[in-house]
Amino acid sequence: MAQETEQQHPISIYFWIWGLLFVLSFFSYMVDYINFQGPIRWSLILLFMFLKAGFIVSIFMHMSWERLAFKFVILGPPIALCIFIVLMGFEADYTFLTRITFFGEGATLPMHH
Amino acid sequence: MSEAALTETEDILLEGTRGVVTDFSADKQTFHMPWGKAMMWFFLLSDTFIFGVFLISYMTVRMSIRDAWPIPSEVFALSFGGEPIPLILIAIMTFILISSSGTMAMAVNMGYRGDRNKAFWLMIATATFGAMFVGMQVFEWTKLIVEEGVRAWSNPMGAPQFGALFFMITGFHGLHVSAGVIYLIVIARRVKNGFYERTRGNYEMVEIVGLYWHFVDLVWVFIFAFFYLW
Repeated sequence: MAQETEQQHPISIYFWIWGLLFVLSFFSYMVDYINFQGPIRWSLILLFMFLKAGFIVSIFMHMSWERLAFKFVILGPPIALCIFIVLMGFEADYTFLTRITFFGEGATLPMHH
Repeated sequence: MSEAALTETEDILLEGTRGVVTDFSADKQTFHMPWGKAMMWFFLLSDTFIFGVFLISYMTVRMSIRDAWPIPSEVFALSFGGEPIPLILIAIMTFILISSSGTMAMAVNMGYRGDRNKAFWLMIATATFGAMFVGMQVFEWTKLIVEEGVRAWSNPMGAPQFGALFFMITGFHGLHVSAGVIYLIVIARRVKNGFYERTRGNYEMVEIVGLYWHFVDLVWVFIFAFFYLW
């Protein structure tokens, strides 16, 4: 039997999150404008990105009011994606290293006899 | 034997976990939501993987090549007769898409309140913002192709792979936005004509469109962070 979840919430929460999204976007833009570099740049970019994404999914897309089983089903596979990202990070690093080692200036190509 | 009373957190966790068990072991239906909404979520999950692999390949390429990657804040700067302002067009595009997410959320709310007229106009506003976004993306592409000489196989600013990745990722996203604009207009017209009054008696369809539109905004959040800022 289909159970209708109550989807009406006070409209004010949407306005608050909407405003917050503008603020977070402004901060993201400022990271580039102020010209942070290195780890502080990347951590701030990622922080604001995940905050914005989190608010959009949980409030605008109503995820925070859905049942836990459904949350698992939808949010689980992207966790697998994160693991894939880590793996590809290792792969790309390795590719870069081998390119430097074997195809860089002054590198000797391995000879197979 | 008496047990200590559960804390509120423990109580919520236990109830949630019990809920997961009962949902998955139910004999008729696992997800207690209308099938249209569940299917849209599943489509969005698959789309997450599509955009996910595009962005992951972008990461892999950029990490593994020895050529310098074009600096986005220079590539995407615009000057209005003076100093070039970095990323200004992208900032405006982000602003527009977030505005459209807000109007969409309000449209869904109006739909559930039964206010057909407001829901219609808010959906049209959302579609307009979306169309503006695509227009700006077209301008960006034109500028890069015609003025900067960016191609899918080379560009004068750095790594030759830049064009292929940029056009593929933003192209797919722009296509999704365009499809969303059409989708919004079709459903908005149905809302206005009272189609959902006659056939269903509810405005879940507006919420389903909303899910798609918020997803489009979500993808832009990731593209903005990884491609333009990083």
